[in-house]
Amino acid sequence: MLDLTPKEVSIRSALRINPCKTCQPVGAMYAALGVHKCMPHSHGSQGCVSYHRTFLTRHFKEPAMASTSSFTEGASVFGGGSNIKTAVKNVFDLYDPDIIAVHTTCLSETIGDDLNSYIQEMSIPEGKLVVHTNTPSYVGSHINGFFNMMCGFINYLAQKTGTPNGKTAIFPGFVNPGDMRELKRIAGLMQVPFTMFPDTSGVMDAPMTGRFEMYHKGGTTIDEIRGLGDCGKVLALGQITSVEPAELLEKKCKVPYELMPLPIGIEATDQFVQALSKISHQEVPYELEEQRGQLVDILLDSHQYSYQKSVAIFGDPDTVIGLTALCLEMGMVPKYVITGTPKEEFSKLAGALCEKYGVQDYTVKANADLFELHQWIKNDPVDLLLGTSYGKQIAKAEDIPFVRAGFPVLDRYVHSVLPMVGYGGAMLLVEKILNTLMDRQDRDCEDKDLEVVM
Amino acid sequence: MSGSVRILEERKTSILDKAMCCNGNGKEIGCEKQSVSGAVSQRACVYCGARVVLNPITDAYHIVHGPIGCASYTWDIRGSLSSGAEIYRNSYSTDLRESDIIFGGEKKLAAAIDELVEKENPKLIFVYATCIVGVIGDDIEAVCRLAEEKYGIRVIPVKAPGFSGTKSLGYKIACNAIMRLIAPNRELPKGKGVNILGDFNLAGEMWIIKSYLERIGIPVVSTVTGDASFESLMRMPSAQLNIVQCAGSSTYLANQLEEQMGIPYIKVSFFGVEDTTSSLVRIAQALGDQQALSKALAFTAEESEKAKAFLKTYLPKFEGKKAAVYVGGGFKAISLIRQFREMGIETVVVGTQTGQKEDYEIIEQLVSDDTVILDDANPAELEEFMLEKGADILVGGVKERPLAYKLGIAFCDHNHERKHALAGFEGIRNFTREVNLSLNSPVWEFCR
Repeated sequence: MLDLTPKEVSIRSALRINPCKTCQPVGAMYAALGVHKCMPHSHGSQGCVSYHRTFLTRHFKEPAMASTSSFTEGASVFGGGSNIKTAVKNVFDLYDPDIIAVHTTCLSETIGDDLNSYIQEMSIPEGKLVVHTNTPSYVGSHINGFFNMMCGFINYLAQKTGTPNGKTAIFPGFVNPGDMRELKRIAGLMQVPFTMFPDTSGVMDAPMTGRFEMYHKGGTTIDEIRGLGDCGKVLALGQITSVEPAELLEKKCKVPYELMPLPIGIEATDQFVQALSKISHQEVPYELEEQRGQLVDILLDSHQYSYQKSVAIFGDPDTVIGLTALCLEMGMVPKYVITGTPKEEFSKLAGALCEKYGVQDYTVKANADLFELHQWIKNDPVDLLLGTSYGKQIAKAEDIPFVRAGFPVLDRYVHSVLPMVGYGGAMLLVEKILNTLMDRQDRDCEDKDLEVVM
Repeated sequence: MSGSVRILEERKTSILDKAMCCNGNGKEIGCEKQSVSGAVSQRACVYCGARVVLNPITDAYHIVHGPIGCASYTWDIRGSLSSGAEIYRNSYSTDLRESDIIFGGEKKLAAAIDELVEKENPKLIFVYATCIVGVIGDDIEAVCRLAEEKYGIRVIPVKAPGFSGTKSLGYKIACNAIMRLIAPNRELPKGKGVNILGDFNLAGEMWIIKSYLERIGIPVVSTVTGDASFESLMRMPSAQLNIVQCAGSSTYLANQLEEQMGIPYIKVSFFGVEDTTSSLVRIAQALGDQQALSKALAFTAEESEKAKAFLKTYLPKFEGKKAAVYVGGGFKAISLIRQFREMGIETVVVGTQTGQKEDYEIIEQLVSDDTVILDDANPAELEEFMLEKGADILVGGVKERPLAYKLGIAFCDHNHERKHALAGFEGIRNFTREVNLSLNSPVWEFCR
């Protein structure tokens, strides 16, 4: 498996091998699924929507509903105006969502379809809404698609009425529904009234009911999105994923924002909890204090097994930064830290974390790919690989212990339901990392060294 | 038309409900059309069709020319196994960026090929043009031709913009790419043996079919494209006969091979006792090989008996169960209906993504009067008809799995996420076990 990856690293400027990112529309689709009774709509060829739905289904193990304009040869020449108009009519007739969230594709962007005017021209049933965003696949990555779709909703819907609603907006970043649940739990414990936007909990982790629901109970409601303009503050989690929607809301509705890392690990969770505490003027309740204490206790108990272990971390920028922070807290050494998303901010943030912990020998890189990471590892291996399912082949080829985290995880279950964020999420991650490292020690040690008590 | 199912006007010609007819245009089912705008279609695109046919060629470098998505969604997802090279399990693309869209992507593509040839030693490269490549005016024919001249290797353009038709068109484009590849060998002298077309060696199924043929004394010249290599494909013109397993993707190739290289073909299927047996017998007959024929008869008689004995132990578990089938091609749907019948399971809903008129005619004859037949169904239709007809198990692909589970319906993947070989006599056992495992899992007790 992948034995052919050459050890010698060569400079590539044109060829991408084994990407660590995908295209914008799938991110836009995921964001739109986090809106209640919303049908995500892909304005492009029918293949796009099929791939994106499949991709999301493979990660979440849930159906992912979205419709398509089904471009034809004619549409690619004359524009997709009539396709989107027919599509919107059909979607409202057949699937009856409250809102359709249109995102573009490389095709509709390249031929220059003007969604603003198409949407103005179309007839939309009374009480229903159509919003859109531009998600050219040749810019950024799926992370851009996610925040661009958020911006689309804010552009169309968020309003400042002048009457504050007393709520705090929480932008969760590109995380799993399990994470969103945990963030909401923490905000609830801190007694902060909030709107989480978007919110895929209760949608992409819906329970078995014996019915197929086109629209689940979860998702940010349209009224809540409108109300974003009346929120007192935005807690924008994920410095790369959430900054643009936060800036847009500030510009449009004068809602100030606080940008912070995804709350993965102790320090980043502390920062989130402190921010909530400042808003509600509440002390941190014992329930959270206790959980934090347990987490520190676990790190203390186990530190000899994680200390100085080298790790390669890859995936989406904010997730990777969070995972890097947690690994550093565990005393590990992040040796290679990469994302495929082309955002230079990533390298600065990840580098600053490593510097803070005095790590000297590290490589951080945005716009990287997994072929490159594999080559680095071939030259100088690590003790642990931490990232998406696409690390599987490297792990097998180089016989490196592997922990899955981030998006996508295509070959395991339960990951999307359980959190990585918060003190509880960190415990789950720490358990996975320790188990993996310690299983490896047991596997590799000589019989005489095998210990029942560790 | 059943009252509870909401169906788009345009979709009504694509559904055949024999009891309550909504076949709007008279007698035939509407198929081989593009999806309706606004439908939550389960279908993929032209590029996808081309990619799935060519992807299993194990030592080919597949460069996807376009933005990153089309490369990342098709990276190592098909479960086609290899006995040799693993090159096809990497993802290569030009990852086009905004400046490439403005100034054109030809230079980047040429540079990508250079970078590849410099470091690796490719014999065969496929270059896939996705949606925007034609729109921005890249001449990938020219880039590929120049690369062939420069390096003396095969660099074959696969022009498959997603919007240009259905997945079936993609199959055809892939078949043309194969024809172009083997064209230099068109005069190869014929020798004994067959090509297996339209099997992608999912879970090692090609190896099963190959072993059966070897057992009855029929050499396999080339496999298309499961476990194929550049060298093995180049032998293709020397075969006496083509046997076509996945008719949807490869009948066109078989026709081309017949017209251009004089190789006749027969359609076969290795799903179920009935189809596996008749396929082996028909191959021997088509070759006029008496020895192979008697071996085939003996082999299939012995194996059928074993398979039937095996099935018998499961029959009580399947009693009264009903199946829904939603697969890609029409030929597979036909096999599955027969195979379920062997298992004592009635098929009550049948759908395909790319079935053709002839397929639907056969399906109509095979099923009972109140079976629903759908072309390019969307999830809402699948749901309503499965519930209405009381299906206990759905056979489908990745997007249908969670839909079935949410409805409390068992599921078996008969697409590229199949975990066990489903072809041949081994496949009968695996399929039976999988169907049983899902139908009779204790988890359903908690769902009701």
